[in-house]
Amino acid sequence: MSFLNDNEIDKEMNYLIESNVIPVTIVEQLRVKLKELKITRKELKKVVEEVVREYKNALVEPGEAVGTVAAQSIGEPGTQMTLKTFHYAGAAEFNVTLGLPRLEEILDAKKNPSTPMMEVYLKDDVKHDEEKVKQISQRIELTKIESVAQSVEIDLANMIIKITLDPSLMEDKGVSYNDIKEKLESLHKGDVTVEENIIKFNPDTNDLAQLQQLLQKIQDLTLNGVKGIKRVVIRKEGDEYVISTDGSNLKDVLEIPEVDVKRTTTNHIGEIAEVLGIEAARNAIIREAVNVLEEQGLDVDIRHIMLVADLMTFDGYISQIGRHGISGKKPSVLARAAFEKTVQNLFEASVRGDFDELKGIAENVIIGQTIPVGTGLIGLLMEHSRKEE
Amino acid sequence: MSQVDKMIGGLKIGFLSPESIRKLSVTRIITADTYDEDGLPIDSGLMDSRLGTIEPGQKCKTCGNRVGECPGHFGHIELARPVIHVGYANIIRDILRSTCKSCSRILLPDEDIDYYTERMSESIKSGNEIDQVLVDEVYKKAQKNRVCPHCGEKQIKIKLEKPTSFYEVREEGTVRLTPTDIRDWFEKIPNEDCLLLGINPEVARPEWLILTVLPVPPVCVRPSITLESGVRSEDDLTHKLVDIIRINQRLRENIDAGAPQLIVEDLWELLQYHITTYFDNDVSGIPPARHRSGRVLRTLSQRLKGKEGRFRSNLSGKRVDFSARTVISPDPNISINEVGVPEEIAKTLTVPERVTEWNIEELKKLVLNGPEHVEGANYIIRSDGRRIDLRFVKDRSTLAEALEPGFIVERHIRNGDIVLFNRQPSLHRMSIMAHEVRIMPYRTFRLNLCVCPPYNADFDGDEMNLHVPQSEEARAEARILMRVQEQILSPRYGGPIIGGIQDFISLSYLLTNKNTLLTRENVCQLLMAAGYTGDLPEPAISKPEELWTGKQVFSLLLPKGLNISLKAKVCRKCDKCLKEQCPYDAYVLIRDGQLLTGVIDKKAFGAQQADTVFHRLVKDYGTQTARIFLDSITKLLIHFSSAIGFTLGIDELIIEKEAVLRIKEILEKANNRVKELIEIYKAGELERLPGRTLEETLEMRIKQELADARDKAGEIAGDYLGLDKHTVIMTKAGARGNPLNLAQMTAVVGQQAVRGERIQRGYKGRTLPHYKEGDLGPEARGFVTSCYRDGLSPTEFFFHAMGGREGLVDTAVRTSKSGYMQRRLINALQDIRVEYDNTVRTAVGELIQLKYGDDGVDPAKSDHGKAVNLDIIIEKVLSESGRE
Repeated sequence: MSFLNDNEIDKEMNYLIESNVIPVTIVEQLRVKLKELKITRKELKKVVEEVVREYKNALVEPGEAVGTVAAQSIGEPGTQMTLKTFHYAGAAEFNVTLGLPRLEEILDAKKNPSTPMMEVYLKDDVKHDEEKVKQISQRIELTKIESVAQSVEIDLANMIIKITLDPSLMEDKGVSYNDIKEKLESLHKGDVTVEENIIKFNPDTNDLAQLQQLLQKIQDLTLNGVKGIKRVVIRKEGDEYVISTDGSNLKDVLEIPEVDVKRTTTNHIGEIAEVLGIEAARNAIIREAVNVLEEQGLDVDIRHIMLVADLMTFDGYISQIGRHGISGKKPSVLARAAFEKTVQNLFEASVRGDFDELKGIAENVIIGQTIPVGTGLIGLLMEHSRKEE
Repeated sequence: MSQVDKMIGGLKIGFLSPESIRKLSVTRIITADTYDEDGLPIDSGLMDSRLGTIEPGQKCKTCGNRVGECPGHFGHIELARPVIHVGYANIIRDILRSTCKSCSRILLPDEDIDYYTERMSESIKSGNEIDQVLVDEVYKKAQKNRVCPHCGEKQIKIKLEKPTSFYEVREEGTVRLTPTDIRDWFEKIPNEDCLLLGINPEVARPEWLILTVLPVPPVCVRPSITLESGVRSEDDLTHKLVDIIRINQRLRENIDAGAPQLIVEDLWELLQYHITTYFDNDVSGIPPARHRSGRVLRTLSQRLKGKEGRFRSNLSGKRVDFSARTVISPDPNISINEVGVPEEIAKTLTVPERVTEWNIEELKKLVLNGPEHVEGANYIIRSDGRRIDLRFVKDRSTLAEALEPGFIVERHIRNGDIVLFNRQPSLHRMSIMAHEVRIMPYRTFRLNLCVCPPYNADFDGDEMNLHVPQSEEARAEARILMRVQEQILSPRYGGPIIGGIQDFISLSYLLTNKNTLLTRENVCQLLMAAGYTGDLPEPAISKPEELWTGKQVFSLLLPKGLNISLKAKVCRKCDKCLKEQCPYDAYVLIRDGQLLTGVIDKKAFGAQQADTVFHRLVKDYGTQTARIFLDSITKLLIHFSSAIGFTLGIDELIIEKEAVLRIKEILEKANNRVKELIEIYKAGELERLPGRTLEETLEMRIKQELADARDKAGEIAGDYLGLDKHTVIMTKAGARGNPLNLAQMTAVVGQQAVRGERIQRGYKGRTLPHYKEGDLGPEARGFVTSCYRDGLSPTEFFFHAMGGREGLVDTAVRTSKSGYMQRRLINALQDIRVEYDNTVRTAVGELIQLKYGDDGVDPAKSDHGKAVNLDIIIEKVLSESGRE
């Protein structure tokens, strides 16, 4: 018996790709598998034949109600999911919404997820250096005066604002006295004097109400970091350091030069759509939904999730699953009325003089006709002349 | 049966003009009364007999039909003064704000109007519908203009006071706009402008939004009911219409009599109220109209809205005939394809069968049997359409003789008929499957235990529904597409959802265990139960006695040529797999249909489990073979269980004293560790975890400590339990339970939690009065040191109940949440289908995917998500050419 060498296998496989009968991914898997074993040309032919046959057998049939099946496949395991909103991700650092509430968030295309999070990956030249990563993380984490001070208070006797700083916190966040001084001066509301770890802010005004306002302003003064990032944690992943953040701001984080733009990501789908575009948002929806289902140990085929993600994004914007999105945009009056806001939909349709073409499922159920999916899509005609023969 | 030969192509929704309401009307309704003293409807009253008939036997005065045929006819009420339609209040407000007070043109310069008109006509040409986005844009832009670009009139701010009052906010004060004013204003709006205001002039005019005539629905829409006492009770709509007519009448009289403006306005306002509540009795800002008894009236809007409304309850869901419902109970002796139907039900449900030359003799017999006997018939429909009820036929034999081709006999369902079987909630397509009827005594539906997972059924009182398809087409579809065996593979993950469950798994594990040896008698008994008819293989041991292994018996049911290898549930996940030499017999190897090594447990045979032996059987040998295998193996296992006995008692859980002491010791240690932690915390020396408060840190540390202790105690209990205990067998084989359950039964129940925290609530600073304030110790915060076998102390019991209650609440909330999510998903996705060009599109043809799932593979036909299982194909080809 003569066995094929790698080149010959490659040739056969390339031919298979060219002929375009089965997806490239399958051919590539087959190529790897075949190279691992010794195989004759006859056997290879047989294998390819079988693969093509099996693949063709597994194809969807026209008319298949893939939408309904997808909805059921995602909805049915919903009953088995936990309702617990919080779960500890990894080293008990952050709370993350998971389970049914998170799935709802994804499908509702919520503008603000309840627990936004980012995974910030860094470029090759810094990602192994813990010290540098720490510095970058300090630039990402939002630091306010409040968060480095022991206390910020009004000294009523002198009518000044006294900021007592915590040096250890300052070091942790990477802020210097000078930074704070400059920031305070840039307010142009008074003079700043530094005395050891106490900064005194002598405002121009003596009005207590204004002083109170100023106090609030000073507490919230941003010293450092990216808006919206509440906390950062450095995590080791393999041999590199990765920054996990509580809070999300993809746009601003990606502008930091050391950040690896390709791998850095967020669980905030809306931000992804805004910064990276709708295709990226579609992938994010798939990734997030798969994560939720996997975490709950539920086995759902990715094709179902892909269909939902594609439906949510196909017109270039993220539309939610529900009355403000897909269901509200349906062209059929009856379908909309049968879902939610029945009366309102009918009123509006009446003055507009809407015409329902009765192409969907809900409409045809309502008027009592065969639904246009599956076997209902097919019409059969019999040749009349046959009868007379 | 009449055949529908016309289809509805489309549905245009429009608006009734005052004229068309009058034209449609058969009579003007003037009197508010319904019936006179004799109980006859009053002419021009709300029950006028020209509006259609509701009394059986009476002919309609308008169309001459009787109850069933008469569709009902509208009447009308002429309103003394125009009234706003609540449903259009917002649209009216927007129009008022966007059109000129004096010239009624849109408040946009001519060029803008031209521009929008052009864009609108384009969109109508392409989509046949008004572009709402464009309309919104017009409104937004026009409302900004405070001076009319056409006549230069300065515009006044319009205020809508919900629900139906409009005001002009002038500098000198607010002035009410009466519906008459608004109507006059709207009448002047030119048709060309209407389109831009979102009103299609072909079907509606803005001034129609203010009502001058009110249609009165036919009586069949609002039937009155006669109570047993003979008292007539009118429908809510009739009550409301009575109110409207009364006030309308009074208003008219007052106007005619020249009553003061104030009185007229009051009555007008009252008329507005009644008409508003007639349309919608749930408007915010006004009190809902009530019945005399205080009950809130159910008016037009309420009839349509919501879950019990017309749309969701009657139009999207329809009631059916030929259905049955009863309690279910298990029967392992019937096939998964079958359903046991009680005789009583079988005598009620029928299938229409047309009499032909070929079945006439058989049908004669059925007719002779009549409605009282199983396998009889209930009705005969003659060729002329006359329906004969066999219950009232004295002499059935003459009737049977009179049977001729062309008649239809509605015969009872009988063994082998295909029916649909369903359990709510119908969450996925496997919730409705087709079964073959098997008529049985007693009064429950019987089903095979293996079909419990797809229905999510158990036998604690569950009821299920059964439907009998009535047409040949429906039966064919049911049999080919919906039969249980065709649904073994779930489209959710491309694996079997049907398979062995519970005891079947424990038993198959025991049967295929290394130590199971069976005598000739045993083997024959088992194989007889399975319905095996072939020869016995050579015994594994021939001396001193002929003995067969359980694996041999199992193999007899597998098809020849089956080759599989997989790891069983009992696999310990060793670093290096010894495969065939596995000391735990966890490597399942099947060659040519012979189970060589490994035990058959959940991973090899379980339901809702992909890549099992059973999965391969379905994929490679087809559903028929797989079904027969499942039917026979389960029957065999049932017999095996009665032979060996498989049970569970409290003695299972009793462990040696030594173990109890060791567990106690571990708990003691943990308790001390926790006390230490609390001391450290109180001394203020506890190290804070990043991002946590000190208190949170302490809680986390304590929880960790206690969880470790419980795990350790569980391990010890597990070590002492021994592998022959049935509880252990069940958990090991994956039939039921997990190690945690075992630990809770025999060692320690562990920490009870509410909202993921140790129990905090109760009294100030303590959970129960048994503890000191501020006690953070394990037992004071719901750590249960007892095990279920010994029973819980009163305080422990209370904490356990707290944790348990949370679980119950959680489940209740979850079902409603996920139910709504499912509904939304279905509604959004139901129109999506694969087209003939393999693209995925919505009902109106919007493109969603170019190829379904990027590879065009149906998950239901995939191999656990993969399009093709390459390993198996390669293995198959190589073994065919005689190589390993």
